[in-house]
Amino acid sequence: MKLKENIAISDSGYLFNPSTGESFIVNPLGMEVLQFVKKGKSFEEISREILTRYNVDPITFEKDYQDFIHQLRQYLLIGSDE
Amino acid sequence: MNRKKVTVGISGLNAIDSPGPGMAVAMGLHEARSLDVRIIGLAYESLEPMIYIHDLVDKTYQLPYPSSGSDMILSRLEYIQEMEHLDVIVPNFDAELYSFMKIEPRLKRMGIRMFLPTMEQYEERHKVNLSKFGEKYDMLVPHGKAVFEPKEVFDVKSEFTFPLLVKGKWYDAYIAYNIEQVLTCFNKISAKWGLPVILQKFVYGSEYNVTGLGDGTGTTVAAVAMRKQYITDKGKAWAGISIDDTYLLELTRKFVCATKWRGGFELEMIKTQENKYYLLEINPRIPAWTYLAVGVGQNIPEALVRLALGMKVQPYETYDVGKLFIRYSKDMIVDREEFEKLSMTGEL
Repeated sequence: MKLKENIAISDSGYLFNPSTGESFIVNPLGMEVLQFVKKGKSFEEISREILTRYNVDPITFEKDYQDFIHQLRQYLLIGSDE
Repeated sequence: MNRKKVTVGISGLNAIDSPGPGMAVAMGLHEARSLDVRIIGLAYESLEPMIYIHDLVDKTYQLPYPSSGSDMILSRLEYIQEMEHLDVIVPNFDAELYSFMKIEPRLKRMGIRMFLPTMEQYEERHKVNLSKFGEKYDMLVPHGKAVFEPKEVFDVKSEFTFPLLVKGKWYDAYIAYNIEQVLTCFNKISAKWGLPVILQKFVYGSEYNVTGLGDGTGTTVAAVAMRKQYITDKGKAWAGISIDDTYLLELTRKFVCATKWRGGFELEMIKTQENKYYLLEINPRIPAWTYLAVGVGQNIPEALVRLALGMKVQPYETYDVGKLFIRYSKDMIVDREEFEKLSMTGEL
């Protein structure tokens, strides 16, 4: 899974899709996950990182992660062929 | 750079809630790197705000309404030409374009150039003919029908589902949710803009526009795509952002190439949730938001004036993406004497 290359991500958590003109704001945890996704890390790798750093159980994280990825896909921030 | 001195007449000085493009054109021309422009305003109403903005418009003359006929307009322009020696006129109102196209050869003989679409291009893209246009150029266009009298609304209602759009031939568009509302809109629009009134299928989605310039040989000289960010109750963009939508820009180049479009234009598009683009309208002139194009690196008014003067124009290839325009309104304090002078003499 890969973020579209042209998506602009600022450190503040502001995303801008130059193809559609849409902008989004993600919270700090979303930003962390996005940075992992951007680096091409797998779900297992991301899960391992997040579970080490935060007090969250694996099932809750997986559910939230999938919701988040679904939203990224819905807003065309992830390539449709991914 | 040695800037060429030119005197340009512009209309569309009504910087109101449904603004004419005059303000954007004037601002673009003032920022032109290759031209030193003196701007002559051509106004229809005495309260068009730009008449009184003297740092944008050097002098203004009132013109007779397009409905008074092209001879009246020509006679007034002869007088203005004697006084101002215009090099170029950039008409910015849909409703006046037809008259200006008709008198283009005579203006040329007077030394005034324009860079307008041909009569064929103008007619072909007209709202009334847009469905045929879509078929001819393979562009998705919402189903539309021109109606000339209220009873026709009943004849064609089976072709549409509600809501639908009711549009004037020049301006105005309303969403109607039932047949009564269609009739109300029909009467309102036809009283203001005449006939026909256009019924158009309502397409849900996000609004995207492209402003551009064709050189008349099929080359796209400029094209900037924008997503509307804030829309007024009249459907006008009050804020927008430049975007890099390759499909939309490709569609624009295809349109310019296929029609050999001559002059400024605006494509009004809607993108559905299924990522399909529907062409809602083609405006055959520079739109009011064109200053965004200037701001992102494509000075369309400057390029248009250069084309009108027969000067070389290098097509723009890129522009800054992610820049916003945000429109605002402002009160001016104007001396009564100015208003009086314009009202009494027709010039200021």
